[in-house]
Amino acid sequence: MKPHRKKKLGIILFVAAGLSMTVGLTLFALSQNIDLFYTPTQVADGEVEPGQHIRIGGMVKEGSFQSAGDSLSVQFAATDYAHDVPIHYEGILPDLFREGQGIVVEGAVDEAGIFQATRVLAKHDENYMSAEVKAALEAAGVAPEEHAASGAGSRPAFLPPES
Amino acid sequence: MIPELGQFSLILALLLSVLLSALPIAGAHRGEALWMSLARPLSAGVFVFLSISLAILAYAFATDDFSVRIVYAQSNSLLPMQYKLTALWGGHEGSFLLWTWMLSGWMLAVAIYSKSMPLEFVSRVLGVLGFLLIGYILFMLATSNPFDRIVPLAPTDGADLNTALQDFAFIVHPPTLYMGYVGFSVVFAFAIAALLSGRLDAAWARWSRPWANVAWSVLTLGIALGSWWAYYELGWGGWWAWDPVENPPLITWLFGTALIHSLAVTEKRGVFKSWTVLLAILAFSGSLLGTFITRSGLLTSVHAFASDPSRGVFILAILGLSVGGALLLFALRAPLMKSEAGFGLLSREVFLLTNNVLLVVAAASVFLGTLFPMVYQALTDDLISIGPPYFNLIFVPLMMVLVLFLGVGPYSRWKRTSSTYLWQQLGRVALASIVLGVLIPTVVLLRFSLPAMVSMTLAAWIVLTIGKDIRSRVANKAQLKTGLRSLSLSYYGMQAAHLGVAIMLVGIGLTSYFSQERGILLGPGDSVTLNEYEFTFIGTERIQGPNYQADQASIEVTRGGNPLTTLTPQRRIYLASGTPSTEMAIDAGLLRDLFVTLGEPKEGGAWSMTLYVKPFVRWIWLGSLFMAFGACLAAADKRYRRLRLRQEQAAKARGTGGLATASG
Repeated sequence: MKPHRKKKLGIILFVAAGLSMTVGLTLFALSQNIDLFYTPTQVADGEVEPGQHIRIGGMVKEGSFQSAGDSLSVQFAATDYAHDVPIHYEGILPDLFREGQGIVVEGAVDEAGIFQATRVLAKHDENYMSAEVKAALEAAGVAPEEHAASGAGSRPAFLPPES
Repeated sequence: MIPELGQFSLILALLLSVLLSALPIAGAHRGEALWMSLARPLSAGVFVFLSISLAILAYAFATDDFSVRIVYAQSNSLLPMQYKLTALWGGHEGSFLLWTWMLSGWMLAVAIYSKSMPLEFVSRVLGVLGFLLIGYILFMLATSNPFDRIVPLAPTDGADLNTALQDFAFIVHPPTLYMGYVGFSVVFAFAIAALLSGRLDAAWARWSRPWANVAWSVLTLGIALGSWWAYYELGWGGWWAWDPVENPPLITWLFGTALIHSLAVTEKRGVFKSWTVLLAILAFSGSLLGTFITRSGLLTSVHAFASDPSRGVFILAILGLSVGGALLLFALRAPLMKSEAGFGLLSREVFLLTNNVLLVVAAASVFLGTLFPMVYQALTDDLISIGPPYFNLIFVPLMMVLVLFLGVGPYSRWKRTSSTYLWQQLGRVALASIVLGVLIPTVVLLRFSLPAMVSMTLAAWIVLTIGKDIRSRVANKAQLKTGLRSLSLSYYGMQAAHLGVAIMLVGIGLTSYFSQERGILLGPGDSVTLNEYEFTFIGTERIQGPNYQADQASIEVTRGGNPLTTLTPQRRIYLASGTPSTEMAIDAGLLRDLFVTLGEPKEGGAWSMTLYVKPFVRWIWLGSLFMAFGACLAAADKRYRRLRLRQEQAAKARGTGGLATASG
């Protein structure tokens, strides 16, 4: 083998080894870090194992929000208007969190059937519903449009409808 | 009437772009000097008409012309003037006009600062940019016209700018990011021009290097500004979230970083030619991909604009045409690209190749993690998300290896370096780095954390290798001063940027592992101690802003009994939209940030709040500043100007002979 061929082969082998290592590592990392998304109905039907890290999308049920007076813990229900999931969270909620608003929560269901949220996400734009919440409502047979801007309630009446 | 003039001006810019994409390239192909000479005036014309469009839109925002749909959607009469003007890029249509205008600005800069390049090359570069502009302007006119009106009845007031955007960073982050993003189109155009001409010597690398450096520098700043904004606005004390829309700029940045290193090899040694061209195409694709992701509605995120499938299809068409065409051209011309020199297995060329492989692999893994949920959903109909652990698991080890090579690379020689030489020079440096890396976090901060030690070791490794490299370069000079002066500006630029990496590593390592946070409920007069800082909640008061009302809390911070500062976080309600928004209070410092976010009012005047102490977090952005500064320094090297002079003389000597090479 000519020296420059040998060198080229060396480089190619080096690159190939690096690439295959990375691909292996990447696939492993991917398989470990997929958070599946569930709807409140699926959770209520017991499709989720306790302790499994998941995301739930839904609306904050009207009248369900309870906040402890002396600590940061809050309780509310996420609903797709077919089933509710009780959610417990310890911490400060996002600015746009309120009843009737679409949210996504991350965390796991505990033994008592309460979803212990580690993160609560609310959209930055109140007229906008995330795809995950929309999918949850549609799966439960509720038209997302009816609830889309329900949390906002501040749209002045003189505005023309959005084209 | 005035907004219609803006649209008219946009159409004129489109027509000029059509001419620009056709005549100069055809002229370069056929050797028609007259056609080629149109390239510069046409570029200036496109820039002028796009500027008029942008100015008219800005005027509509400034004068509250709510009959223009995006002014209605993104502005409000109560909005302070600086936000009225910048609300222009608060939505899809206006920000795309800004993007397009930026591209024409870069194009004008190429037209002005290209006197030294052969006219046929400049014609091709400007022609390629003109082709991109056709796509962008058509996209605006067809799917997202910023001058759309609400007829027949104009609303009396606007729906207001999203409250999360009413912030200083919103004024600077989007333009900077766009400018960096779009800058890679220029490098792309240089690469395509070189492919078109068939003259794939090192010349195009030399010409495009300063442009690539400046674009990279601005993109670095843009990403850093975004990170800084997310840190203080989103209120969870994080500086990077692996958000699907943060990732495309990072992908572009990684390709761009590989590109500026690969360009160096191509310019100096005449090797890696086809690889460099491919990187230029990839970096540009990254920027278009980012556009596609944010504007197609494919992803949901804080950044995503309201979705419209036709836009996605249109951008995909632009992406397919430009990148597909470029790759086709690349495949046709690749056999022409021959290396001009050989190199050994242990040489600076190979170290830079390693740098490139690592960066491209990192970019690919980020790309995979970003798009995987979409692909998964298309295949299985299940919604999933890929969390930060995936990205950290892949990205962090790759970057650690990269930093190891970063230390060796500048020290190695072109062509061939002996391993014993490297070991002699750097063995002790490596040992010293490990000692420093272990000692600094444990002794100075009195805490133990293995990841922090690793990042400090890597940072020390960079700093020490830089120091040693500079020392050995000035060692044979009589005086330190003359030695330091003999080193080139581009050398200092490189070392400044590498030092930036070290600074950033210190910031990331220490803030990731030594930060403390505490969510707590405090009544008036209550206090709590976090780290060595004592936070005392005084109470809240109601204050009135220009377009919002707020509850403002006062929190006194003391350290060892000495008063340090009073933090005043707010919880605002914006009057136009009724949207609540929290404003953090931060006491920033070089060594630590104190950070308070306000939650909800509870019984008896108590408030929930989160307190943070974040050591060295500023170093992350300080490091970015060093990187951006370094790249600009390298671009300003007088070497490029000298080369220009020499080329001018050579061109004069050749006369018009340069045109003969045009047919290819």
